[in-house]
Amino acid sequence: MSAKTTISSLVLAGAVSTALATLASAAPLTKAEADAAIAAKKEKCFGVALKGQNDCAAGPGTTCQGTSTADFQGNAWKFVQGGTCASIELPGGKKGSLKPV
Amino acid sequence: MQPEPHASYAAAFAPALLDPVREVPSIVTGPCGKPAVTCYNVYRNNVTVSLIDALASIYPAVQRLTGAEFFRAMARFHVRETPPNSPLLFDYGRDFPAFIERYEHAQSLPWLADVARIERAWLDAYHAADSALLLPSALATIAPDRLAGLVFTLHPATRVVRSSYAAVTIFAANRGTESADDSIDASLPEDALITRPDVDVVVQLLPPGGAVFLTCLMSGCMLAEAAAAALEEAPDFDLATNIAGLFEAGAFASLTSGDAR
Repeated sequence: MSAKTTISSLVLAGAVSTALATLASAAPLTKAEADAAIAAKKEKCFGVALKGQNDCAAGPGTTCQGTSTADFQGNAWKFVQGGTCASIELPGGKKGSLKPV
Repeated sequence: MQPEPHASYAAAFAPALLDPVREVPSIVTGPCGKPAVTCYNVYRNNVTVSLIDALASIYPAVQRLTGAEFFRAMARFHVRETPPNSPLLFDYGRDFPAFIERYEHAQSLPWLADVARIERAWLDAYHAADSALLLPSALATIAPDRLAGLVFTLHPATRVVRSSYAAVTIFAANRGTESADDSIDASLPEDALITRPDVDVVVQLLPPGGAVFLTCLMSGCMLAEAAAAALEEAPDFDLATNIAGLFEAGAFASLTSGDAR
């Protein structure tokens, strides 16, 4: 194996048994019980589509406003503080920087 | 061989749809043979609006973060640059996160592309094939000396998205209905685990080293190799927590012994 770090089987066995103990205390179900619980909830609705994705653009969208050659011409678009992003900060006010601080 | 008549009609009809500067195709005429500019513009607009709406449905947190006005302008640039190449609308917008990353006016929001990547992974997980989950009881039956060589098959919905920013926290604060009042420090790197343990997609924050661990398992590493790779990247990687967390999230579908390799 080329990995510089190796994990002994003792460490692995310890971690797996700890993990199993964690899982057992979180969900004390036998395999049959767990399978039954999953099966009971697995009434997947076929044909469910995300809203809007197959809609035609009738209504307000049928105007021709979206086709004007003047739409956002010249890329003179400026960021509009319309969303929630104002609550998200980068330290040092590093706005306009692509690099993390 | 001559192309099918409807194919050549489409080839003449389509190119100007996403390019408002182009002339209306000459094949589109009214009853008296005049160019049907207004009718074609309605068609043009419907194509553009429906694709922008599709992006808005796939990327609701991005739209909430930027506001609808900014989002629709950004989406329009992307739609014109990248027309769909599949009739399946849920498959559209796969290149949108990469577009956001280089979009001039989104440069002050460097985490926005990663939030979009999580939303894309959410939809891919939603549409992924059904599969039974690997239950922890399967692990309990493995002899200790066989653990190192275990190879896991991931559940088809399982995805990992790594970010240099707090993309998971930002995603979580903007995908739900509750408002995000607390300010978020965007500079803390976060990795997302996306799973579909039942019928609902779940997005969670991975602990340190968890992304390397799971990515390695995804590519077919044996358990000991994946744990070693994770420890090398994150010295505080906790193997037990990660194994328990991945089982609980429903990340796995089955396991085999990789000893034969």
